[in-house]
Amino acid sequence: MGEILVLVEHDAGTLKKVTLELLTAARPLGTPAAVFVGPGFGTAAPRLAEYGAAKVYVAETPELTDYVVAPTAELLASLVGTAAPDAVLVASTAEGKEVAARLALKIDSGVLTDAVGLGEGIVAEQSIFGGSSIVHSRVTKGVPIITMRPNATSPVAADGPAAAERIDVSVELSDAARQARVVDRVVVEKGSRPELTEAAIVVSGGRGVGSAENFSIIEELADSLGAAVGASRAATDAGWYPHQHQVGQTGKTISPQLYIACGISGAIQHRAGMQTSKTIVAVNKDPEAPIFELVDFGVVGDLHQVVPQLTAEVRRRRA
Amino acid sequence: MKIVVCVKQVPDTAQERRLDPADKTLDRAAVDGVLNELDEYAIEESLRLAEATAGDVTVLSMGPQRARETILKALQMGADRGVHLLDDALAGSDAGATSYALAQALGTLEYDLVIFGSESTDARTSLVPAMVAERLGLPQLTYAAKVDIEGTAVRIQRQTEDGYAVVEASIPAVLSVVEKINEPRYPSFKGIMAAKKKPLETLTAADAGIDPAAVGLAASSTAVDDFADRPPRSAGTIIKDDGDGGAKLADFLTEQKFI
Ligand SMILES: Cc1cc2nc3c(=O)[nH]c(=O)nc-3n(C[C@H](O)[C@H](O)[C@H](O)COP(=O)(O)OP(=O)(O)OC[C@H]3O[C@@H](n4cnc5c(N)ncnc54)[C@H](O)[C@@H]3O)c2cc1C
Ligand SMILES: Nc1ncnc2c1ncn2[C@@H]1O[C@H](COP(=O)(O)O)[C@@H](O)[C@H]1O
Repeated sequence: MGEILVLVEHDAGTLKKVTLELLTAARPLGTPAAVFVGPGFGTAAPRLAEYGAAKVYVAETPELTDYVVAPTAELLASLVGTAAPDAVLVASTAEGKEVAARLALKIDSGVLTDAVGLGEGIVAEQSIFGGSSIVHSRVTKGVPIITMRPNATSPVAADGPAAAERIDVSVELSDAARQARVVDRVVVEKGSRPELTEAAIVVSGGRGVGSAENFSIIEELADSLGAAVGASRAATDAGWYPHQHQVGQTGKTISPQLYIACGISGAIQHRAGMQTSKTIVAVNKDPEAPIFELVDFGVVGDLHQVVPQLTAEVRRRRA
Repeated sequence: MKIVVCVKQVPDTAQERRLDPADKTLDRAAVDGVLNELDEYAIEESLRLAEATAGDVTVLSMGPQRARETILKALQMGADRGVHLLDDALAGSDAGATSYALAQALGTLEYDLVIFGSESTDARTSLVPAMVAERLGLPQLTYAAKVDIEGTAVRIQRQTEDGYAVVEASIPAVLSVVEKINEPRYPSFKGIMAAKKKPLETLTAADAGIDPAAVGLAASSTAVDDFADRPPRSAGTIIKDDGDGGAKLADFLTEQKFI
């Protein structure tokens, strides 16, 4: 079996959960070989090995992260040349898809985005039209490049000895790759709650929440469940909650085990980001709200009554 | 500043969309075409940047005959001229082929900036802007939530997973914008009247020097094996809150082992 290259997503060596999912998905298809770009490999190494990376290609040159996307695509293209992998897997994040886009042109391959599953022969399962259809597709040209949606599969540690071979790599960047220079990175807010795209449970608030202060009702329920907080665009546009928490077409696409929508009508653009959640629950005072078409359980009522009662019940039952 | 804004006509998301069983591509004939919502922000940003720099805006769209309506809408909003890349050979092009065709068409135009929306609501790949940047060998300033221009320098706030990055490059450059960037204008009555007289040119694949073998469904680098409608979600339980809605919801979550 050939290598399956997995581009690692990390924050100074702390791995994103999606990377473990990609390694898990890669194992049945070939020999997972992680590609680690940037600083912090020491922190990442044990986890990568635990999830089955047989090799890790490490590129620590700071220059690679000084420019937008293009350097990573050049590095991957050169690795595809030397390692001749059977496929390249990248997380379906905004940046991941851009890396995949540029790589596809460099190595003359096809790319499939937003896969929710992977099968033998490198067949990707995709969920399209906001989750109403399921498609199986394959790349017919070159080394398949697949981007996989976070949280679509569960990460499972590999059995057997956990030791990944480290192979240092570098690439001579072209001038074209050195044009869009990153001069600053600003993290808007990072709390102690799980990350939206990685969380098993997400509690979201919409216009029905009513104000920024009232979002504490949503946060308290989230904290009682160990959940992440999401928001509709109406809520982020009003400035009640930061944009980084927006769920939907122009926010994040998530598929948690449980999605709890509070005071959200369920517009098509919102559904596009949450429709593949395993279990969906809603609280809305309007019995006609379209969100109720999606729910496994819905409560028609005022969220200001229902949600605090739920939070208290969760706390009591978990105590 | 000379700006080309790339826009796409997409099926109306408010209607049901389906794949055509014959060729497994989106059944576009079955639904109305509208301007990709996210491209409205690209048009608006183009108009603002052109207004601030005494420049002009060309709208470029590749698509079937009726994509002309979409170009017209951009002209009504205030763009100066339109270019419609129209050729049967282009039908069914995937992201790679689309980026090739657009890059070729851009080769016939003059520009300092090429501006895209961040995603089309039908393909939802977000691949095209980065691919066009790659093909043209130009700086990629994508997912911009803010654009500032100073002489030949362009600086954007690039939206990231946990905040933003400040990215700089010099023109010519390729941009894509996110919907936080502005509030698109509606065409005014004057704009609607003026649009009728604005130049709208049609470009064939040959005009743009596009190799017909490199575009269209046959040149696609991916194939659909099969597709199926997801079984509809089984109807859920909906209750009315009679003072114990929160507790009943907790019962459900307990049954489902979330608590
Ligand atoms: C290009 C484009 C992109 C978009 N992208 C996104 C996106 O990424 N994400 C997104 O969410 N939207 C997006 N939208 C916006 C989308 O169309 C909707 O406008 C938005 O989702 C509405 O948010 P909402 O459900 O919170 O508000 P509303 O639609 O106003 O719904 C509020 C709901 O709260 C209920 N409610 C009010 N008070 C209470 C109460 N006390 N208790 C219980 N229920 C109450 C009401 O019955 C109503 O159903 C986009 C739109 C466009 C055009
Ligand atoms: N056929 C097309 N003609 C012009 N622009 C397009 C076309 N397809 C995609 N685009 C542009 O590329 C952006 C991203 O689209 P996509 O990669 O399909 O998600 C869109 O917002 C448009 O700006």
